[in-house]
Amino acid sequence: MLINQFLLLGAVLFCLGVYGVIARRNAVMVLMSIELILNAVNINLLAFALMNGTSDGHAFALMIIAIAAAEVGVGLAMVLLVYRNRRSIALDELSEMKG
Amino acid sequence: MVAQNIFFGIIATIMVVAAFRVVSVRNVVHAALWLVLVMSGAAALYILLAAEFVGVTQILVYVGAVMVLLLFGTMLTRAQIGAEKDLNHRSWALGIPVAGMLFLAMAVALIGGFEDDQLPENLDRVTVQQISDDLFSPYLVPFMALSFVLVATVIGAIVLARRD
Repeated sequence: MLINQFLLLGAVLFCLGVYGVIARRNAVMVLMSIELILNAVNINLLAFALMNGTSDGHAFALMIIAIAAAEVGVGLAMVLLVYRNRRSIALDELSEMKG
Repeated sequence: MVAQNIFFGIIATIMVVAAFRVVSVRNVVHAALWLVLVMSGAAALYILLAAEFVGVTQILVYVGAVMVLLLFGTMLTRAQIGAEKDLNHRSWALGIPVAGMLFLAMAVALIGGFEDDQLPENLDRVTVQQISDDLFSPYLVPFMALSFVLVATVIGAIVLARRD
C-alpha cells in the first residue's frame, strides 16, 4: 500500500468537510462537517504511525476522538440553547453582533 | 498486498461517496445516517492500518455515542421531518472553489512530498499495551488535561442545556 492512498483520501474528506462548514446553514450540519474533518486527520495520523512503526499516532488519534466527543457535546448543548431562545438554528440569523 | 489494495479501494469509494452525500443531501437525518457510513469506513481503514484499538474506539465513540448525540440534536431542534429547502446558505457555491483549491494545494504537496513511498509490509504490530504505556507515561500530562476537558464538557453541557 502506498502512504499517499491514505493521505489523499484524508485530503478529500477534509475538503468535503470544509465545504460543508462553509455551505451549510443548519448548525447541526456544520457539526457533522466538523466530524468529517476530524476523521480525515485521524486517518493521516494512523497512516503515519504505521509508516514510522511507532505508537505515538495511536495515542494522538485517541485524544482527537475524545476531544471530538467533547466538542459535539458542548456544541449540541449550545445549539439547543440557541434553538430554545430563537426557534431556529440557522447560523446566518445569529447576527446581533454585526456592527 | 493486492487484497489490501482492493479492500482499500472499496472502502475509500464508499467513504468518499458517503461524505459527499453528508454535505449535499437535503435531509438532516439522512445526512446523519450517511455520516455513520463514513465513520464505519474510517474504522475499517484503521483496522487496515493495523490500529485495531483505535478502530474499535472509533465505533464505540463515534458510531455509538456521537451519532446518537447528533440525532438527538436533530430531533430536539426541528419540528419537520423530511427534506428541507434552505439547508444551505444563499452563497453556498463559494465553498466549492475554497474546497477545490485547498484540495489542489494538498494534493500537489502530498504527491510531491511522498511520491511512491510504501507503507511497511511486515510490520511490528502496535499492541494495546504499547498504547497504554504511551498514554500513561510520556503523554500523562495531556491525558490528565484531556480528562479535565471531559469533566468541564460534562458540566458545561449541563449548565448550558438546563432549563431554569
